[in-house]
Formats: sequence, structure tokens, C-alpha cells
Amino acid sequence: MSLKRKDLLSLAPLSVDEIALILETADSFKEVTGREIKKVPALRGKTVVNLFFEPSTRTRTSFELAAKRLSADVINFSPSSSSVVKGETLLDTARNIEAMQADIIVLRHPSAGAAEALARGVKSSVINAGDGWHEHPTQGLLDLYTIRERGLSFEGLPVAIVGDVAHSRVARSNIHALVKLGAEVRLVGPPTMMPCGVEKLGARVYYNLDEALRGVQVIMMLRLQLERQGIALFPTIREYARLYGLTTERVELANPGAIVMHPGPINRGVEIAPEVADSLSSVILEQVANGVAVRMGILYLLSGSN
Amino acid sequence: MKPSSNRKILIANGHVIDPGRFNGLADVLIDEGRVVAVGPHLKAPAGAMKIDATGRLVLPGFVDLHVHFREPGFEYKESIQSGAAAAVAGGFTSVCCMPNTNPVNDNQAITKLMLDRAREAGLANIFPIGAITKGSEGKELAEIGDLRRAGCVAISDDGKPVMNSLVMRRAMEYALAFDVPVVDHCEDLHLAEGGCMNEGAISTELGLPGMPSAAEDVMVARNVALAELTGARLHLAHISTEGSVRMVREAKSRGLKVTAEACPHHFTITEETVRGYNTYAKMNPPLRTWKDVQAIKEGLRDGTIDVIATDHAPHATQEKQLGFTEAPFGIVGLETALPLTLALVDEGVLSLESAVDKLSTAPAKAFSLDKGTLAVGADADVAVVDQQEQWEVDPAKFYSKSRNTPFAGWKVKGRVTTTIVGGRVVFETGQAEK
Repeated sequence: MSLKRKDLLSLAPLSVDEIALILETADSFKEVTGREIKKVPALRGKTVVNLFFEPSTRTRTSFELAAKRLSADVINFSPSSSSVVKGETLLDTARNIEAMQADIIVLRHPSAGAAEALARGVKSSVINAGDGWHEHPTQGLLDLYTIRERGLSFEGLPVAIVGDVAHSRVARSNIHALVKLGAEVRLVGPPTMMPCGVEKLGARVYYNLDEALRGVQVIMMLRLQLERQGIALFPTIREYARLYGLTTERVELANPGAIVMHPGPINRGVEIAPEVADSLSSVILEQVANGVAVRMGILYLLSGSN
Repeated sequence: MKPSSNRKILIANGHVIDPGRFNGLADVLIDEGRVVAVGPHLKAPAGAMKIDATGRLVLPGFVDLHVHFREPGFEYKESIQSGAAAAVAGGFTSVCCMPNTNPVNDNQAITKLMLDRAREAGLANIFPIGAITKGSEGKELAEIGDLRRAGCVAISDDGKPVMNSLVMRRAMEYALAFDVPVVDHCEDLHLAEGGCMNEGAISTELGLPGMPSAAEDVMVARNVALAELTGARLHLAHISTEGSVRMVREAKSRGLKVTAEACPHHFTITEETVRGYNTYAKMNPPLRTWKDVQAIKEGLRDGTIDVIATDHAPHATQEKQLGFTEAPFGIVGLETALPLTLALVDEGVLSLESAVDKLSTAPAKAFSLDKGTLAVGADADVAVVDQQEQWEVDPAKFYSKSRNTPFAGWKVKGRVTTTIVGGRVVFETGQAEK
């Protein structure tokens, strides 16, 4: 079975079956990453280009590792933002890369819709590794994988997504996927960080963290972009941490055995207390480990559809 | 375009609509660049060129209060020549050019250059709009008296709205001395900061920064208050929200000197068009919701919105190929405005006469231009229109240098067959020079 898509641009259009296929495929690669020799020849002779227009260490490294473990050749290409300003369009950059016979382009771009525009313009498969505030589908999938690995079933699963939802592509990908899979999605944050009309995506909005955490099984914290302080989204980091920071006491409001997730990098003492990040409920490092397996699965499925 | 050697033109047997004056079958006789007679069965004088308008509409040439011809500074997008060619192909015989050129039209030298270029092009009448402030920076008033004397018909900082309310107040007051309308693109730049589409569920889903309706409404409210304070003539460019329509309606009911325009795209399509990150659906003000579209139509119907203007904003293809957030705002509109307006007639929103009024007579009146009528003695600016002709919008065939339209491939109805400016045929279907 293969994914009948050229690209993975967002989770919004994926069917439940497609999501299941990706997660199942990731299972077999999770097994590979646990071996002594963590490499399979599945993508031998294929070229994967990491095209990152935004600084990123962990996502890029995760994709690089995933591709290498599949025996693909990997090129990292990080055009400085100045060369973009100089006027080469994204499409021109990508066509240059395509001319070098790239099979899969992994794109990270500050502008929403960039991956979709690229996918329309090139024959290579495109994987969206984050486009503006729009989506970060591989992050969403690795989050799903981590939840599922913990033995939780999605139907009716109460999940709280906490923080700056408005500016979060991770939140959007997770909302789309979790709602599709039947989870009960609660969004928590100050009203300044709730995007207009987000309830229409099927989630419920809370402004009070304690209230929202009652009975949840999954707490998904979003990274607070500290530079947003003072530009009217929140007054101080201090107050944000008091209102929306995840403390041990707050974790206790959730269901016993609830898990704590975070896409990283974490701001200890801001959105998450250090003792929570390091607690047994935290699956943050499992998310990182699963990221490689899930990305291997996606690379594998997309290369098969070529 | 070569000047027609015919000084006399008889437009025979058409359905003549001169809003508020005449609506019926008639001939129109033109001589020496003016309308000399309108009536049934006029005799063609010797040597007159005859245009058979049987089954067609004969209308006062359209007047567009809002175009961006990019000369000087951005001629690769549009020149005054190419813009004027697009205008007459769309039936527009007079256009008012916004000052956001480079350099900005904030002094009489630029105004004169524009008028010279327009003369050289010899197609449409060009009426420049001068800047309100020097460099459109919103700080110091431009030499509005000089601009007026050089030929500017209104003042505006268009895409860079004057945010400082005191500066706007002074501009309105100063403009009173020259009886010149003050035109504002209503947008609170702080509220709209970084936005590139209407704020709402769709911007949320697409992850695009939104511009709330309130960013427009706030400035409409401010401008109306300042118009009341100063007694100035206020013209609101391209209003797009339900709130704007409501406030203009209220301002008019109180007798303020406020006029308003709406653009065809704002009464035809919604923010849904942005899906797929379609940069041809990126303009400012942005495409709004269905409710706003309904409000704009109602405003046109009840007379709250006086004028249909295009906000013709050409951009090169490579600019519109940038990402949605980076691509420039704006679409071309001169060559699609007529059929989109006639669609409102088919829908029953506007009578045919009222549609013609909003394209010709009302805009001329809003800016006090001696245009927009076929009265005897008026400048012979005429659009002959086949109201029934169906055609498909093909941007490759545009006279504009730019192709940025969301209406490509649309099957539309109503087309200009002949355009006459100052008694000269400047456009004819199939025969115009490209």
C-alpha cells in the first residue's frame, strides 16, 4: 500500500486511512531505529533536499537522519533570507534544485502556502516542514504517533493544546488531525492568541487553563515566542507563566496518567515548569525519537508514489 | 493609435443611456470632439463616419476614479500608454491616477509629466490625483494648491493612508480652499499590520495573517467625523465592509459631503477565492465575506455607494508568483469592470441606467469632472457596448501590461465594441492596434 499523493503539505485534507497508513508505516521504521545498524536501503539512489528558508535545527536534523537511515542522499540547502529578498522566487530556487534530480524536497518556509505553491510548480515530491503559521504536518503526525504509542485511542480523547494557537503551525496540524480522528480538542490561551473563528475547525476555546485541563488525557504545550511580549499579545512573561504555565499542580488536574507533550524547544519556567518537563508524564523526548521514525515512514511512502 | 480623420461621427440607432437625462433609442451625432445632437433619425452630415449601433448600448464613456498607472517609476507593471489602452478597451474614457508612483505625485512636476505622457498616448483622458502629504509619508502637507493648478482633480495618499488624524484634519481644511475632494483608503495600519487577507475563519485555517474589517471601519468612522468637523468633500475609496456601508449611509443621511466607491471584485467574489494561496485574490482592502458582499450590493442599490471604480493595480507576473504573504496587493480591473457591473443588472441589483450612472455620471460628479454625459455640448466621450456578447476573460489578451486578475477563465457577458474619446475612435473590437 502506498500514499496516493505526490506531496505531504498539510493534515487538513488527509483521510483517517491515510493517517493510519503513515502511523503503521512508521511502526516498522521505529523498529529499524532500535537496531544496532540503523539503516535500510529503501531509498538508495534517491535524493532528498532539505530546503530550509528558516533557521531550524531539530526538524532539519530529524529529516536528515530519517533520509540517511533510508540510504537516500541528502543535501541541506539553506538559502539566506537575504537571497530571497534579492528577488529569486521560491519557484526558481526549487526548479534549480529539481534540475539536480531531487526526488523529494523538504521545505521549511516563513510564508504560509509556500509548500503548496512549490508543489504546484515542481515534479518532485514536496514535504511541508512548516510554512508560516499554517501547518507543520510531520510534527502533527509524530505527535499522533506518540499518543498512539502510549496506548491511547483517539476517539473521544480529551486533548488540551495550550499557548499561542494563533501563531502556531503545530497547533493547526494537530487540530485538523485530532478532530478528524474523533478527539475532543480544547484550545487554551489568552484571547489575544486565539485566531478568529478557530472553533469552526471543530475545537473548543478556553481562556482558563485550570478549567481546560480537568479530565484531559493529553496536554500539548506550545512554545511561547518570547519576542511577542509587549506587542499586545501578553503583557509580561511573568504573567503569562502564571496564567498559562504548566506546573505540577496543574498536571494533577488532568486525568491520572495524562501525558505532557511539547514540540520543542522548551522555555523552562515559562510555558512549562522544569519539573514537569522532566517528569514521568513528559513524553517530550519520545516525540523527538518518534519524529525520525515518522519522517522515515513519510519519505518512504512518498518515494513509493513517484 | 492614429487619430481618426473623421471629424463627424454618427452613432446610429443605438439604445442611448445618459443617466438622469435620456434613456431610449436614438442617434448621437458628434462633431469637433463634442456631442452636437441626440435624437431619433438624425441625418448623417456629408463625410460623417457612421457607426451602426443597432442592438447596442450607447453610453457616456466610463470614468474610473481609481487606477494605478505605474508611471513614473514602475513602467514594467504599467505605463500611462498601456494603462490608457486598457482603459479604452474597457470603455473607460477618463481615469484618475493615484499618486503612488516613484517619485510620488506630490508636486506639480510629476503631475505635468503624467499629463504629457497622457497626451502622447492620446487615448483616454488622464486626471491625476495628487498626494495629500509629501512623499505620502503622512507628515507634511504636499503643495495641494500647486497640484490643483497643475491639473490634479483630487488628493489622496491612497495605499498609505494618513494615520495622523491631525494631519488629515489639516488636509481636509486646506482642501476646502480649492474645493478638491479628499480621497482616503480607509485602513488603520496598526490594526491591519502584517495582514494579507480578510481576518476570519479562512485566514485562521490558511495560517495567513488577517486584516480585520475593523481596520477599515475605524478609519471610515474617523474620516466621516473629520469631514463633519471640517466640511470637506470626502471620497471613500474602495469600501469593502458591511460596517463601512452602514457608516456612509448614516453620514449621507445627515447631509455630509461624503461619496463612496466600490470595486467590482468586492461585489463579485469573497475571501474564499484566496484558498490555495491564490495571489490573484490578494488585494487591499482584502476580499471579504459573503455578508460584506451583500452589504456592498445593497449599498450600490440604495445609492449609499455612488461610484464603481476598479482600483486597477497592475503587478508583474513574477511579483504575483511570490508567496502569498510576500506578493504585492492588487489586481487589474479596467478590462473586466463592465461585465462584472452588468452582472449586477442581470441579478436585479441595479437598473441598467443606474449601472451606467455608477460607471460614468456619478464618478464624474464626485470629482467635478466635465464628463459622464452625452448632453449636447459635452465632450464626445462614448462607449458603445454589446450587452449580450458572451466572452471568456483571457488575461493574455489584455491591453494592460499586467495579467493579475482573479477572473481569468470567467465566462462573462457584455463587451465594449467602440470607444470614442474627444470625438475620436480610440478603440474598436478587433480593429484596435495592440
